[in-house]
Amino acid sequence: MDNYLVINNNQTVLLKDIPVLNYEDFLSLNTSFIDESTRHCVNYFAYKLHNKLKLICCIADDSNSTILLSSSEINVDETEYPSFTAKHLSFHIFEREIHENFGIKYSDHPWLKPVRFAYDRHDKNSTIDNYSFYQIDSEELHEVGVGPIHAGVIEPGHFRFICNGEQILHLEIQLGFQHRGIEQLFLNKTKLLQRTTLSESIAGDTVVGHTSTFVKLWESLCNYKADEDIQFARTLALELERIAIHTGDLSAISTDIAYQLGSSVFGRLRTPLINFFQIWCGNRLAKGLIRAGHSHFYFTKELAAQLENTLNAYEKDYSEMWNVFKELPSVLARLEKTGVVNLEQATAIGTVGMVAKASGLNRDIRASHPDNNYVDLKHEPITKRHGDVYSRTQIRNNEIEQSIEYIRKMLQNIPEETKERAPLSLPAPNSFCLSLTEGWRGEICHCAITDEKGDLMVYKIKDPSVHNWLALALAVRNNEISDFPVCNKSFNLSYCGHDI
Amino acid sequence: MLSLLLIIIASLFFTGIIIRTKSILSGRKGPGIFQPLKDIWRLFKKGAVYSNTSSFVFQIAPSIYFASILMAILMIPLGGHQGIISFKGDFIFFAYVLALGKFFMIVSALDTGSSFSGMGASREALYSLLAEPAFFILMSSFALLTGYTSFHEIFSTLHFGTYISYAIGALAAFVLVIIALIENSRMPIDDPKTHLELTMVHEVMILDNSGFDLGLILYGTNLKFAMYGGLIANFFLTPSYEWYFSIPIFIGVQLLFAVIVGILESFMARFRMNHNPQYIFMLTSISLLIFLGVLLVLGKIA
Repeated sequence: MDNYLVINNNQTVLLKDIPVLNYEDFLSLNTSFIDESTRHCVNYFAYKLHNKLKLICCIADDSNSTILLSSSEINVDETEYPSFTAKHLSFHIFEREIHENFGIKYSDHPWLKPVRFAYDRHDKNSTIDNYSFYQIDSEELHEVGVGPIHAGVIEPGHFRFICNGEQILHLEIQLGFQHRGIEQLFLNKTKLLQRTTLSESIAGDTVVGHTSTFVKLWESLCNYKADEDIQFARTLALELERIAIHTGDLSAISTDIAYQLGSSVFGRLRTPLINFFQIWCGNRLAKGLIRAGHSHFYFTKELAAQLENTLNAYEKDYSEMWNVFKELPSVLARLEKTGVVNLEQATAIGTVGMVAKASGLNRDIRASHPDNNYVDLKHEPITKRHGDVYSRTQIRNNEIEQSIEYIRKMLQNIPEETKERAPLSLPAPNSFCLSLTEGWRGEICHCAITDEKGDLMVYKIKDPSVHNWLALALAVRNNEISDFPVCNKSFNLSYCGHDI
Repeated sequence: MLSLLLIIIASLFFTGIIIRTKSILSGRKGPGIFQPLKDIWRLFKKGAVYSNTSSFVFQIAPSIYFASILMAILMIPLGGHQGIISFKGDFIFFAYVLALGKFFMIVSALDTGSSFSGMGASREALYSLLAEPAFFILMSSFALLTGYTSFHEIFSTLHFGTYISYAIGALAAFVLVIIALIENSRMPIDDPKTHLELTMVHEVMILDNSGFDLGLILYGTNLKFAMYGGLIANFFLTPSYEWYFSIPIFIGVQLLFAVIVGILESFMARFRMNHNPQYIFMLTSISLLIFLGVLLVLGKIA
């Protein structure tokens, strides 16, 4: 028998089918998986099982669209365990979370700091106020603390810079201000509608991404196959969200380098796109659009015609603006060679999504673990090599163009509305399910475990920001502190997605 | 007297015109021309908040800053009319009375103890330091050309005759426009619109000021703009012009100046911070070019 279980995206398996290894084997198995650059950890979490702690590690293999599952059970006591992180840095955030929530001690974890100050954390004495920042004793260096209140009043997060004059030597990012305990709420709220609305609120800018991940997972648990028109609508919404947010990001990047024309034109262009969501489902963020097992908003031929018009108007102005933007010397001077994350760093810390692709690391769930209409679209990810702010800007442009093309292709073949839908059954008991979605920011991963009655027992959410925040901290090293805002904007990571 | 009056009038609508130009160029309607003034008026009616860690320096600095600008304006002539204060070497006094105001702003920024304000203060100090040689080489060249050392006398005897001297005039106007942009923390050196403390220069320095003090600083900036506009206008005025020529020319130059600033801020991104010194140094080299032109005109070099 293998010591790991191979599943596909959105597949439900019995919990007992996941092999349980002793910790040493579990560690060497999973760290050796990651030695292949096509594999990365999508989720690694722990939950309390009787008196023990059960660890489940999910490694995605991009080369053959599979996910490798393995587990281990350890005692919660004073034992010190060797860490995965010592072998592969990309595990650092998962182990920090396990340490924070359950008090597991690691003997060789290099950076065992709190992640989000979860309400039911192990050590209640560890609070946001007594977080210990990395310090350098020096007369020449100075510290600059920014936040937790953001200058633009977006989301709270604290950034502590150690600078040599204008140059950043080190940045430490402290999050956790947005912790709402969503994972626990998923268990407390028992109605499906409540849970769906919860998933819409994980990160306000990725409503489609997180909600479709949740409904795919739920439908898989209930052994339900979504109808073609539902799958179509989800794919379409995901691509539309991508275009809208990327356009807004281009506007925000322009604002940060004080390029007024770009800021206002890209900003204006985003509006008709999110307004289209309003027309479609009554909400500009697409809340209410995606529901498990059914859909309140069929994508009609009239909507298709309207979207076609919106996109035509959008594309004309967009390409005109982009052509000016991409050649303006003062813009390029700000974006090029700023905030570089090289391929080596990107791989080591396990970045995903846009950030990974900008550094030449090909990570895109739409291509590696496709579902819904992506199977037919045969998505080819766009990658850049330099990993600077300009690469991340270019990726946005290319993905916007690509998504428009996908939407146009999809609009030629709109599936009929299924009038009679099969009802959703109850979730399977004693099961494990994992769902991956490529949101506009990158890979979203939700995992669920059900108990013997089929109720949710564990729900784990992983936003792409969880991996990528460290990339921002590395990117700004040796840059000027005045370039930090534009670096930050080029990543556009989620605070609430991280803090859940 | 006339110039003081005109500069104050110009200062009332100067920022409004810049903002309006930017709005129109980006396809928006934009606020009314007097909106910045209304904002300042609103601030004047408010009380100021002082942090416990700051001393009296922080409280007196805005007033000194404002007074220094008013003082400097008194020296600006208008065509044949001399400024309220005029004496030999007044352009040196002009530069250093402004520097005094700036010095107090920098010290008051340090007084707050905030890491942001200190950062802004060091940036502002660096940029003014780099812009200073340009101004002095420029004015000294004109002193050499005319043989006088006060604003009024320099401008009233400055007659353009040869092609070279027209070139000198154009270059000088250019240098003064850029100095005005640097001194008023506008693009491409600084972005007055940004909300990001880390990228600010002037704005972050006055981050702790509020209410009446902030109003003074903001109106001071408006005055400073109009003052530089007035200085530039003098290049286009001669004493022989009657008031009904010189006043429209003065207003025209101010308007043009504001619109140029608006256009500049609409169609480019601001510089990366470490490119700013290079850019400001460029002014010094242009001023040296003016100096060379003056030597050519005077026949000191063949």
